[in-house]
Formats: sequence, structure tokens, C-alpha cells
Amino acid sequence: MPTRRNVITLLSAALAAAAAPARAQGGGRLKAVATFSILADFVRRVGGERVEVTALVGPDGDAHVYAPTPADSRRLAEARLVVANGLGFEGWIARLIRASGTKAPLVEAAKGTKPLKAADAHGHGHGADPHAWQNVAHAKVYVAAIRDALIAADPEGRGPYEAQAAAYLAELDALDAEIRAAVAQIPPERRRAITSHEAFAHFEAAYGLDFVAPQGVSTEAEPSAKDVARIIQQIRRERIPAVFVETIADRRVIERIAQETGARIGERLYSDALSGADGPAPTYIAMMRHNMRALGAALAR
Amino acid sequence: MTDLLAPFAEFAFMRRALVGVIALAVAGGPVGVFLMLRRMSLTGDAMAHAILPGAGLGYLVAGLSLPAMTIGGLAAGIVVAVLAGLVARVTALKEDASLAAFYLLSLALGVTLVSLRGSSVDLLHVLFGTVLALDDAALILLAGIATVSLGVLALIYRPLVLDCVDPTFLRSVSRAGTPVHLVFLCLVVLNLVGGFQALGTLLAVGLMMLPAAASRFWSADVTVMIGLSVAIGIVSGVAGLLLSFHAELPAGPAVILAAGALYLASLVLGREGGLLWQAWPGRHLEA
Repeated sequence: MPTRRNVITLLSAALAAAAAPARAQGGGRLKAVATFSILADFVRRVGGERVEVTALVGPDGDAHVYAPTPADSRRLAEARLVVANGLGFEGWIARLIRASGTKAPLVEAAKGTKPLKAADAHGHGHGADPHAWQNVAHAKVYVAAIRDALIAADPEGRGPYEAQAAAYLAELDALDAEIRAAVAQIPPERRRAITSHEAFAHFEAAYGLDFVAPQGVSTEAEPSAKDVARIIQQIRRERIPAVFVETIADRRVIERIAQETGARIGERLYSDALSGADGPAPTYIAMMRHNMRALGAALAR
Repeated sequence: MTDLLAPFAEFAFMRRALVGVIALAVAGGPVGVFLMLRRMSLTGDAMAHAILPGAGLGYLVAGLSLPAMTIGGLAAGIVVAVLAGLVARVTALKEDASLAAFYLLSLALGVTLVSLRGSSVDLLHVLFGTVLALDDAALILLAGIATVSLGVLALIYRPLVLDCVDPTFLRSVSRAGTPVHLVFLCLVVLNLVGGFQALGTLLAVGLMMLPAAASRFWSADVTVMIGLSVAIGIVSGVAGLLLSFHAELPAGPAVILAAGALYLASLVLGREGGLLWQAWPGRHLEA
């Protein structure tokens, strides 16, 4: 049965084929599977025309609570490379790979990044925060890991992979500088905000903004009344100017907090998934730009 | 004491949660008592699953719109309740079997519909709220459902009680049995849909059934049981919210844990067949 995700995959494959008629007819493209949309974007940029990548958790999906379908299993079985984030972000990937019987090597792209303890504002989180891509410097580590994995899987493509990775890394450098410049525009005492789930620790650490989340690192846990109360007190005490909701999270708790404190609700942030092609964040770079613009708009004034 | 209750004074979201659970308890108590008397205590659970396809349909039509999903859930729940009730009354199949059949069908349809949409946003999360985030619309919905439930229960009270204790007699003197039963099932669905807004799937059923079951250990009188189950529901709500605040537990489960604690206490201490009174009947005679 054609699920929507299948249709999207087919459509994007068709689009890619239209864009690159020369390679598509041969069907000789390297099939890669990425666990979620942001990684798929990285693979697409590094792999270019030689690689056909699909994301298991598509745009606007929540990888924390993803449930695999048989089609996903089939895609894995056909793949020659599987790219995951690692750091415990996709708890389901090991089981899924075993079940699909795929022989493709698994690359954990976040492996080379500097781990950041996942501790929410009151210190009862455990393990490393997996949302490493929120720091552009880490995104560059991802890209390098993906480049090496692609070369290992398809040595003939070394030239194009290295060239495309180098071009993309340069773009990421520019993005990093752009974000730093945008943060510098925000007065230091206003560089703090509330988000619905703790996905921005790496962004904080890299760019010097302060985020607090009621929900902890995963979207699955339910906050206690104390958690919500503590955040309300903190907003009042520290005069935090704005609260943000991510696209994948339940916005009701955040809306309640905003109403109770008078903090402004900023534009929705993209944390764990890209938007669809016509949304504001169809690629990683567009996503980081969108988030920075949303933060700047709500915090600067 | 003031420290204990301070969160209600300081935070509007705590007051809203309080109003929400009180509204739920006031209507859920009597509905739960009647469910228990009719030996339909597990119906709430089954109906909770039956509501999913309607919610899924609402989601397919209108995206993540809460009113659309609420209306969808309500419609699906009522269709399942009425069909199951009719099948039980008209054919040889018993109520529990027909309900099981319809709710499973409904659940499978719901899961299929939601999966067709192909989004991996956790629909249950988005659909079923948390008691800490009740906005005006949710509160009005809860209070409205409580009002309607109490009014309707008052209207159908006599035939409903008769239908619980002596359905054969009711059938011999009146034809009200079947319509009253169906109206009552609709009330169950209404309260469950309201409960989802505040507490989430299983927890909504918990605030309906646990106080009712606890009240049975204190009295055999329907009126007393209804009053008691409302009181136990309200106490659980207040205690659960305070527990959630002071002990940092998630709010929905904390409310149900409090209700569960009161149920266990009633089970041991209750005067009507509680364990202690059975173990030492002498004390019963003295009391």
C-alpha cells in the first residue's frame, strides 16, 4: 500500500532523477539510508548525484517516538550505507538493522563530536545530549564522517565526494560565522529563552545562548507540576523575554507558561527534523538560519 | 499547611488543573458508579480505544486541530457505544463481547488511518493533553461535559437505577431500558473524551473507575456511593496535583496514583466487605 512516506520518497527520487538524467538511468546510484531528515540532507550534499538517500523519519517527524514500518526495513536491506546520529538518539536503530538483515555498514555521524552531558536546568538528565547537530562545528564533524563512509562504500567516487564535502564545509563555516554575528546582535542580558524540549544544549554551548526546557531531552516524558512551576518562577525572576515551541513538540505546556508569565511566544523552531520542501527549513542550513532569525526576532527587542 | 497549598495560590496553571480535575471527578464519579453497578467496569477502557479512529479521522481532515479531533473522537466513541449496545440488546451476543468486537475494529481502523498519514509525530501525545496545560477552551469543555452529564443523569436516574438492579422488572413496566442504556453509554464516551483533554488515555478511565470502586467498600447505597466517589475523585485530584508538585512526579499518573491509594485504603478499611472487617467480624458487630 502506498503510504505517504513512500510517495514522498518516490517523488523525491523522481525529482532527483529529473535533475540528473545521466546517472539515474543506469540505476547505479549508491543507496543510503539516513535515520532522520537532517542527516539525509548532509548525505545528499556530500553524495550529490552519486548517492540516493532516504530518511526513515521524514520532515516534521519525531525520531524519539518513531515506529518502523516494513517499507523502512526493506529500504535498509537494500541500502549500502546506513547513517545514524548515534549518542542514543535513535534507540530503535540497532534492532531495526538486525531485523532487516542489511549488510550495510552503520555510521554514527555524531561519534566524533564533543559529548555534552544532557542535564536539564535542574540536573536530572543522564547520558550525552544527542542533538549535536545544533552546533555547526559538530555538523562539520558529521559531514566529514559521512564523506569518509561514502568513500569507503564507493571508492570510485572519492573525487566528487571530497569536492562536494569541501564545498559544503565551506558553506557551514559561513553559516557558523553568520550565527555568531546574529547572536552578537542580541544584548547579552536578553540571550535566554524557554524551549519545549531540551534540544538546544549544543547550540547554547557553542553560541552562548541560554535555553531552559520543561520537558527534558526526550519528547516522551511528561513534565511534573514542579518542573512547570520552576520554569514560571525562572521566567519571572530572570525576566526571560521569549518562549519557543519546536515543530515536533506539544505546544500546550509552553503556551500555558507564556500566558502565565507574559513572555512572548516566538516563531516555531526546528530542532530534530527539517520542514517539507515548501516549509521554512527544507535543508540544514535553512533550518539553522530560520532558527537564528526566529530567536533574534523574539529576543532582540 | 499553607506551604502545602501554596502552589495553588501562586500558579494559575495549578488552579486550572484543580478546576479541571474537579470537573472530571464530579461527572466521572456517578458515571463510574453506574458502570460498576452494571458490571461494565472495563467498558471505559474499551471505549478509550474506540475513540482513537475518530480522533485519527479528525487529524486526517484538519491536521493537528484539537476541536476536530475531539469531535471525531466523540463521534467514533458514540457510534461504537450505540452499535455495541444495540447488538447486545437485539441479538444473543452479550454486551462485553459486542463491545470488544466493535472497539477492536475501531482501534484497528484508527491505527490504519493515522499511519496512512505517515507522520511520526506522536499523535497520542498531541491529542491527549496534560492536566498542567489546560487552556480556556479545555476548561470550558470539561465544565460543559460535567454539567451536561449531571443534568442527563438526573433525568434518567430512576430508570437507570432500575435497569441496573432489576432490568427484567423495568422491561415489564416500561420500554425505557434500551434508550436509557444508550444515553448512558453516550455519557461515558462524553466523559472519556473530556478526560483525554486533561489526563490522557488510561488516566481518564482511572479517575472514573477507581473512585467508584473505592466507594463500593463504604456503602451499598447508590446515592451514598455516588457522593463518595465524587468526593474521593476530588480528593485524589487535589492530592495528585500536590504530589506532582512537591514530589516532582508527572501530573496525570500522580492523580491516578492518589486515587489508587484511596482505593487500596478502602479495600482494607472499608466497612462494606473491606478486608479488615472480614478478618475481624467482631469489630464489625461492635462498631
